[in-house]
Amino acid sequence: MIVYKHSVSLDADKCKGCTTCLRRCPTQAIRIRDGKACINPNLCIDCGECIRHCPYKAKKADFDQWDSLDRSKFLIALPAPSLFGQFANLDDTDYLLQGLMDLGFNDIFEIAKAAELVTDYTRAYMQRMGDAQAPFISTACPVVVRLISLRFPTLRNKMVPVAPPIELAGKLAKERALKEHPDLKPEDVRTVFISPCPAKVSWVKNTPADKECYVDYVVSMSDVYFRLLSKMDRKKTPKVTSESGAIGMSWPSSGGEASALMNDHYLAADGVENIIRVLDDIEMGHFPDLKFVEMNACPGGCVGGVMTVENPYIARVRIRSLQRYMPIVQNRISLQEGEPIPREILTVEPGEYSSAELLNADRAQSFRMMSEIERIWKLLPGMDCGSCGAPTCRAHAEDVVRGESSLDDCVIRMREQLKALQKEDGKGEES
Amino acid sequence: MTENEPLHFHYDVDGNNFTSAGEASVQVKRMLRQMGFHPDLIRRISVAMYEGEINMVIHAKGGDADVYVTPECITVVLKDVGPGIKDVNLAMQEGYSTAPDNIRSLGFGAGMGLPNMKRYSDELKIDSVVGVGTTIEMKFLPA
Ligand SMILES: Nc1ncnc2c1ncn2[C@@H]1O[C@H](COP(=O)(O)OP(=O)(O)O)[C@@H](O)[C@H]1O
Ligand code: SF4
Ligand SMILES: [Mg+2]
Repeated sequence: MIVYKHSVSLDADKCKGCTTCLRRCPTQAIRIRDGKACINPNLCIDCGECIRHCPYKAKKADFDQWDSLDRSKFLIALPAPSLFGQFANLDDTDYLLQGLMDLGFNDIFEIAKAAELVTDYTRAYMQRMGDAQAPFISTACPVVVRLISLRFPTLRNKMVPVAPPIELAGKLAKERALKEHPDLKPEDVRTVFISPCPAKVSWVKNTPADKECYVDYVVSMSDVYFRLLSKMDRKKTPKVTSESGAIGMSWPSSGGEASALMNDHYLAADGVENIIRVLDDIEMGHFPDLKFVEMNACPGGCVGGVMTVENPYIARVRIRSLQRYMPIVQNRISLQEGEPIPREILTVEPGEYSSAELLNADRAQSFRMMSEIERIWKLLPGMDCGSCGAPTCRAHAEDVVRGESSLDDCVIRMREQLKALQKEDGKGEES
Repeated sequence: MTENEPLHFHYDVDGNNFTSAGEASVQVKRMLRQMGFHPDLIRRISVAMYEGEINMVIHAKGGDADVYVTPECITVVLKDVGPGIKDVNLAMQEGYSTAPDNIRSLGFGAGMGLPNMKRYSDELKIDSVVGVGTTIEMKFLPA
């Protein structure tokens, strides 16, 4: 089994064991043990909801630090399109791109540029596949890919295998740099993704051993935001020009990727809980006419990423006004009718399926455990109060049976038992 | 429970709450995953059960869903005290539906529910009496 490497972790010193993350975690991956939150790596999908909601900032994501970028290399910035929605008064994307150059990058390759190609490839892929396997599910959000791998094994063949924009951008950026600067060697070129989310860190970390990863650093958008603010200068005419069109720029808002496909039979869902509901429904064959499903873990799409600074709805409006002055598309693929899609473009493979929820590898044993869970669950108050350290009474019953906690951790039940005892004592005295 | 007694799960399928239809099948799906059944089997069960659940909600104002699980067989029993099915053979035909327009406009009532339940189960028994109710029993056998 391949071990999944995470990017979200806990800073135990800051954690107060307050149960906020426990309730917010959409996969019930968190427990409070000995007063601190613990994340179950088998269930965690790196969505970052716990980072978003922790009142004590005790959840962290391991981004590369700005100061750790190796400046002796040829550094290429890969800005996610959500970055462009973070700034007030930005009426031309070129000012932001120039700001990146002024921060010391040697080149820029916009993620939106690669996204336009991904849109084209996806359309071609869907055409070649026909409708039998539809709906096809977007694989641009790494959280969605992991979620499907863990919980929706029968939907794995619906995942669009086209490389996500981050991968294509990294690859094309490096190829271009080596072509334009023949003196550079591959090891001299480093790509730096400016990310709205920890999930992209996980994506990089989990590149299969036999695959090349084209992204060398992932830095947090909020980190770059403050650096850019001081660098962007409206009085200076930018020397770089955007190479993306409005189509690429539409990706970071929920629905943008899907509508770019020019196919009306699509659905766009955002937020992990909504995604799970939609995937459940697709698995049950509930959507007959659907061709494409776009899913983003973050509310509103990548503009709602945990590492963004601006309110996602405002960011979305800003991006929309930027799009107004952009050409519709600047990047197209050239595939002849029926010509196969190059293999190196179809790189997405669902992770290995092994039920993360499996009680026991031995069937008979898992049956015994399930019946025990049912029994214990009925003993619990059903309040889902979280004070036992599990998000629901059901989860607590499961933890007890797995041997990870004790029935007595339920304070409500303890209190009731205590009351019952006191009553009995009282009766004893009376008689 | 003894070793050979099946595990039993019970769900009330609320006929007044259209949006909650399908919840029982999702819970069953998770439980079966926890017990390590094959994904394809789980999918067959959840699709068939979902259709039955929806039928109880749209045609019979809700009912009871009971699931019995042994390693050899999963049995789903859906029981309602709704209007019953007049002509079961007709109802089993693809595309046959008495669902009203407002239900159809929500995307249900394509008349594929019962045919799908038959297709995805290994055994389907329909016991329906007009004016009394409908009981549907489906069996699923792990490959
Ligand atoms: N539980 C039930 N109670 C009463 N009638 C039912 C029930 N389930 C199915 N039917 C009848 O059988 C018909 C066909 O069912 P189905 O194949 O699921 O199609 P649909 O639900 O789309 O109408 C229904 O339209 C309805 O008349
Ligand atoms: S929706 Fe976008 S920002 Fe959020 S986790 Fe997925 S890829 Fe990252
Ligand atoms: Mg039906």
